[in-house]
Amino acid sequence: MPLPQITTRHAFFTGKGGVGKTSLSCATGLALANTGKKVLIVSTDPASNLDEVLGVALNQSPTAVPDAPNLWALNIDPEAAAHAYRERMVGPYRGILPDTAIRSMEEQFSGACTVEIAAFDEFSKLLGDPLATQAFDHVIFDTAPTGHTLRLLTLPSAWDEFISSSTGGASCLGPLAGLEKQKTLYAATVERLSNPNETTVVLVSRPEQASLREAERTRAELGDLGVTNLQLVINGVFMTQHPGDAIADAMSQRTIKAMAAMPPSLAALPGTTIPFLPMGTVGLDALQAMAHPESLANHSESSEPEVITLPGGLKRFVDELATLGHGVIMTMGKGGVGKTSVAAAIAFNLAERGFPVILSTTDPAAHVAAAADAGMPGLTVTKIDPVQEVREYTEEVLAKAGAHLDAAGLAMLEEDLRSPCTEEIAVFRAFARTVDAGQGGFVVLDTAPTGHTILLLDAAEAYHREVERTQGDMPESVKALLPRLRDKNFTHVFVVTLPEATPVHEAERLQQDLRRAGIEPYAWVINQSLLASGTHDAILMQRGAYETPFIRRVSEDLSNRCALIPWLKAAPVGQHDLANMIR
Amino acid sequence: MKKLEVFDPAMCCSTGVCGVEVDPVLAQFAADLKWVADQGISVERHNLGQEPQAFAANPAVVKELEAGIDRLPVVLIDGHIITTGLYPSRQQLAQKLDIKLASEEKAHAVAGKCCDPKSGCC
Repeated sequence: MPLPQITTRHAFFTGKGGVGKTSLSCATGLALANTGKKVLIVSTDPASNLDEVLGVALNQSPTAVPDAPNLWALNIDPEAAAHAYRERMVGPYRGILPDTAIRSMEEQFSGACTVEIAAFDEFSKLLGDPLATQAFDHVIFDTAPTGHTLRLLTLPSAWDEFISSSTGGASCLGPLAGLEKQKTLYAATVERLSNPNETTVVLVSRPEQASLREAERTRAELGDLGVTNLQLVINGVFMTQHPGDAIADAMSQRTIKAMAAMPPSLAALPGTTIPFLPMGTVGLDALQAMAHPESLANHSESSEPEVITLPGGLKRFVDELATLGHGVIMTMGKGGVGKTSVAAAIAFNLAERGFPVILSTTDPAAHVAAAADAGMPGLTVTKIDPVQEVREYTEEVLAKAGAHLDAAGLAMLEEDLRSPCTEEIAVFRAFARTVDAGQGGFVVLDTAPTGHTILLLDAAEAYHREVERTQGDMPESVKALLPRLRDKNFTHVFVVTLPEATPVHEAERLQQDLRRAGIEPYAWVINQSLLASGTHDAILMQRGAYETPFIRRVSEDLSNRCALIPWLKAAPVGQHDLANMIR
Repeated sequence: MKKLEVFDPAMCCSTGVCGVEVDPVLAQFAADLKWVADQGISVERHNLGQEPQAFAANPAVVKELEAGIDRLPVVLIDGHIITTGLYPSRQQLAQKLDIKLASEEKAHAVAGKCCDPKSGCC
């Protein structure tokens, strides 16, 4: 059985979005449940598709999975948790305090930190309190994409430090104030995460260099946090059985190359590989197949794949943008769908046409610089590094406000600057600055994974309101940002997805979120299509046929403007190969 | 013992760093309150976002709120409102509380009103 062997009570699956964390954690949970263990699967991803994978509607308490005895699941939606928390704090004062005061309180509880804190609170209830999950033998967490996962995992110690050092009373504990009594619970959560007898962390990666690099980053960061009971799963390993097909050969070669280049410390972890399966990973049957891939060997699709007209390439959209001569272009999508590559390809193409272009990324796992190694006149590559932005913001604030303060005042200010919202603000300002620079030419932004992107936009909205209220001395770039993001002639959003169930579903959610923020995506890009790749390999063709309903869903229901990029023989790294993405 | 009460607008940090731009007045005021407390005055600070019950329990404050949210912050000494809509300076606080300012403390005290971030005076 190729699935990871979980012997501890708690297990976490972590990895970049789209590597298969949800399906793997479900398959592992299902396999444990099949041996008679009682298993609870928990999702803490703000953009979870656990419902879809298990085929059952979930909520915040354990729900039995139909047709899978011993298996339960629950979904922690941080936004819903934040909403419930807000109601708990504000609700009792409706009708007692004036409406303006109530609205002001609600606004305060709509920030990014409330969502973070509410999510963590739910999370530690499960991990920190043994009674909460005592009915189960194993609790498996299908965690959010890496950046978010790390935040969740680093939060305990951050908060732990924060709470105990918080002596001033009226400091930036803010929305956390009501939760201060939970300190014991939080401490227990930290303890459990780093206890190898209680917790296993499974790093999930695709057999691709970028994905493995990300896994190594996570391994190192977890190690720093004292989490050392790690396993590695390489998911979707493809080895061609019949050499001669260009695509199949390239895919096998890429896998071999990536595996050979695996960082030694990653390769040293106990681990397992899951073969490339010629099917989707939604539903219990598919999950069983992950545990027993050999059962698929004799299973062949007899039905002819549905013939559809595939959408055209990306070039016609870039042509259209070129006629505008300037503006902001953003690629958005769940991590791992290739939005960095698409952004880089668009940026290179526009620069080639002679436009001044700034390519910028807010993705903490930025590969843009690596992908854009070749110098190109007119193209500037910049990076929004959260750590650096926080440092600069802190220095700026201390220089501006700290000068007038005595030692006690300075200590209090410094403490407030250690709060989690400081990062949101600092990154947001950098984002605004970059967009501001787009007026003379093009700015192409590869934004961070979905949850983070939504937080940024939420922040944008909150800032927008704040501007109208305070008229403070904030940067012009911040003030002008939201109207600019909503200007269809200035900002063009490409929603990037893969022709698979989960990525399409996630992108659809993202589009809804964008629309709620008043932003209409300009076009959709379906990336890495095997169906369009021209392969004749039996397994790849079979998998390609699974793309049809998702391509149709995007091109017929979700967008009027849809571009399809085939799975390319060469990985889109460097100028020449990126150019192949725009046809 | 005299009692100083501050009813703040809803904000997540008392120094204002969580806003769009840090407000030096808030950071200064937080330091001034610490100084007042060090002079033996009982200081209580309530944030609308965190402790609405303190607001609801004080009829004088609720009355100010009804007149408008911009009446916040409301500062009271022994239950009597001394200022609304602004943060008093250390000198003003000292005067209302009958505290003598040492000369070097005067030099540090920055009047909240004059130091409006828009004015550019600081």
